[in-house]
Amino acid sequence: MILDAKIPPGPLQSKWQHFKENAKLINPANKRKFNIIVVGSGLAGSSAAATLAEQGYQVDCFCFQDSPRRAHSIAAQGGINAAKNYQNDGDSVWRLFYDTLKGGDFRAREANVYRLAEVSASIIDQCVSQGVPFAREYGGELANRSFGGAQVSRTFYARGQTGQQLLLGAYSSLSHQIKSGRVTMHPHSEMLDLVLIDGHAKGIIVRNLITGEIKRHAAAAVVLCTGGYSNAYYLSTNARGCNATAIWRAYKKGALFANPCYTQIHPTCIPVAGSYQSKLTLMSESLRNDGRVWVPKKKGDQRPPQAIPEEERDYYLERKYPSYGNLAPRDISSRSAKEVCDEGRGVGPGGLGVYLDFQDAIARLGRPAIQERYGNLFEMYENITGENAYERPMRIFPALHYTMGGLWVDYHLMSNLPGLYVLGEANFSDHGANRLGASALMQGLADGYFILPYTMGEYLSTQFGKKPTTDRPEFEQAETAVRAKLTQLLEIGGTTPVNEFHRELGLLLWEKCGMARSETSLKEALVELPKLRERFWKEVAIPGRGAALNQSLEAAGRVADFIELGELLCRDALTREESCGGHFRLEHQTEEGEALRHDETFSYVHAWQYQGEGVAPQLVKEPLDYEFVSRSTRSYK
Amino acid sequence: MNFHLRLWRQEGPSAKGGFEEIEARDIPAEASFLEMLDIVNNRLIKEGREPVAFESDCREGICGTCSMVINGIPQGPGRGAACQVYMRTFRDGDSITVEPFRVAAFPLVKDLVVNRSAYDRIIQSGGFITEHTGGAPDAAAMLIGKREADRAMDAAACIGCGACAAACPNSSAMLFVGAKVTHLSLLPQGQPERSGRALNMVRAMDEEGFGNCSNYYACEAVCPANISASVIATLNREFVAAVIKVEVAN
Repeated sequence: MILDAKIPPGPLQSKWQHFKENAKLINPANKRKFNIIVVGSGLAGSSAAATLAEQGYQVDCFCFQDSPRRAHSIAAQGGINAAKNYQNDGDSVWRLFYDTLKGGDFRAREANVYRLAEVSASIIDQCVSQGVPFAREYGGELANRSFGGAQVSRTFYARGQTGQQLLLGAYSSLSHQIKSGRVTMHPHSEMLDLVLIDGHAKGIIVRNLITGEIKRHAAAAVVLCTGGYSNAYYLSTNARGCNATAIWRAYKKGALFANPCYTQIHPTCIPVAGSYQSKLTLMSESLRNDGRVWVPKKKGDQRPPQAIPEEERDYYLERKYPSYGNLAPRDISSRSAKEVCDEGRGVGPGGLGVYLDFQDAIARLGRPAIQERYGNLFEMYENITGENAYERPMRIFPALHYTMGGLWVDYHLMSNLPGLYVLGEANFSDHGANRLGASALMQGLADGYFILPYTMGEYLSTQFGKKPTTDRPEFEQAETAVRAKLTQLLEIGGTTPVNEFHRELGLLLWEKCGMARSETSLKEALVELPKLRERFWKEVAIPGRGAALNQSLEAAGRVADFIELGELLCRDALTREESCGGHFRLEHQTEEGEALRHDETFSYVHAWQYQGEGVAPQLVKEPLDYEFVSRSTRSYK
Repeated sequence: MNFHLRLWRQEGPSAKGGFEEIEARDIPAEASFLEMLDIVNNRLIKEGREPVAFESDCREGICGTCSMVINGIPQGPGRGAACQVYMRTFRDGDSITVEPFRVAAFPLVKDLVVNRSAYDRIIQSGGFITEHTGGAPDAAAMLIGKREADRAMDAAACIGCGACAAACPNSSAMLFVGAKVTHLSLLPQGQPERSGRALNMVRAMDEEGFGNCSNYYACEAVCPANISASVIATLNREFVAAVIKVEVAN
């Protein structure tokens, strides 16, 4: 199998323009004839559904939450990048492109990343016109802050609730289209299978989470915007409901899964407090603009932070990376935190934490200024930990946050299955091996507002008169399989709650395939995971019935998929014998402990193709050719 | 810590509901209220009983999925949604009553789960600015004073959880509607549709069966997002101004 990314010809700067000028268009009268399924209502899903409907397509949008406004994009705190150069600090499309590509450790496609940087400015225009209340200066201009991995201030924000405001903007546009009748919204609906007709994605099977009803939906094309798979690790910053079921079931129908081992561990989360814990809470990376990260120089120093004098503190990020300091990228900051904790210098319960200290910023700017910038985050921190961060430093520790891997897509955002598009975190496309802060919101909205609405015509123009109906045998088969799987789960009759399997899976992945991975740990995981899977299918307890609201049943389906995905994740991590971005293999590091890439052998996208139950998936490689930039060693020193 | 829970159980909208007494044992003080319920549910499942149905998602107070009344307070004691309530705020041995939001416009689904789609329909009636992807002017083309931007943001912070209506003796949704009307009426982009928005959203709110505000301010007291009741005054003003505008035009 040869993967064609369908990159347009010509110089980097004109590829997208070239594509748009040559793309197939669908005339307004014909757009009405096509209906499109959009699964997920986060930034990518809402923006795609609203924009496609605006263009005249008939859209069915599905989300598992009770309202599209609750998708997990809402929890993004810090901001959204855009190459506006409003701060006159030398920013440009090229710089945003290069920072993103470098931040991703040169494991993303040049053309995709350039396009992302190119459309970034339009996203801000679009959001402002929707009424997104971005932070402003006194003169009324838009304010910016800086984020990890950049030396310019290009991040737009709405207090510590940027994701919320951007999502509510997209949700308001979506609501408008629902009112106009061009979008039919299906809340509380979970996609349980993808339906292929002659190899093309033409529908989905959905379970209504309230009634348990199973329904078929047919469409000219299917768009998955279902987010990432961090919850495979159980404890993550993701919402409880975030799951990989849609993309995983699409994978099992033949869609390639690319770079599953690229997972991002966010450096600034509130540390784990106990085994009862259900999720980890992120403290926005923007805090690193003003907070200084440190640990005591001495091992096992039990003094309270205020009692540790300046000269006995190790501001390790500033020491190791003087030019980026506390704003070193996420993968590097996380790994550094792990290192100091491994050395026994961690703080807080179990020594799994480092300090994020605002003392200097408060002295420099005054408490009101810090309150204005991060007030809600400080409150959230106090609420969870009972500690006041104005008076003593926050304790933070890395946690699973984002997954750069996802379904493989070409430049059109279409997977290898014709008619199946994948947007936002659910695809693998733009962040390489590590995502920079404030780039996820940018990608989700770029994909939904500005890319898919242009690229979809290419496929749809070949689909006239091929309107699928749900009475086809392919739908029948898919529905039967979905029903059989649900029945199978309900009939296990075990005694162990789903949650316990999920926690076990998470712990296993965190230990064997977390911040640092080795051949030994990954091989161990690949022995343990099938056993866990077997036990799950024998011992899981799911009370209640299928034809009603049954939260255990929902969770069971998702955890079953996570266990399988965990195996693919470890397999990919084992195959990628190099360190890059969020994927750190202990065997591959420099003398200073930095990630060591092997460009000659691993400058590839690793896309995995499902081969059936119990058969090893097949690895398909897409070479990453760097035509316009040279791959430097990533240095933030 | 140990707690004595009185939990509302109801199989479905038409079934008869009632309180069930359940013990919550060995709960860490650092656990959140929802984690306490997770621990209780785990035990129920192990005993072969059906767990208590409740909705939650982000568990960091921003998604608005939580919808429960703890000891008579929608979203529980303290600021923030129910997921932000921690067990250390209770005393060991406390009795805790947990019930669903009781609002006619939020029909019960099961146990603590209610259907809040009425709020979505109110937004659909006018809680947006009509714009077209790709047609926006440069974001810097229009200046917005910091004060207006901040006030708009204060109102836009609403998480749409429904606690305001659940706390109100009239089951009024005016804090929710007022927040959206205030947010958009403060911004220059929201001006063209300003009157129609207020009229349509108030009409939609009435049609859904929410009551009117009679200045109890219970909504403000429970709002997890700190929305000020002054948005209700703004809503009233916007509504009256819109009605007059229509009358004058006629």
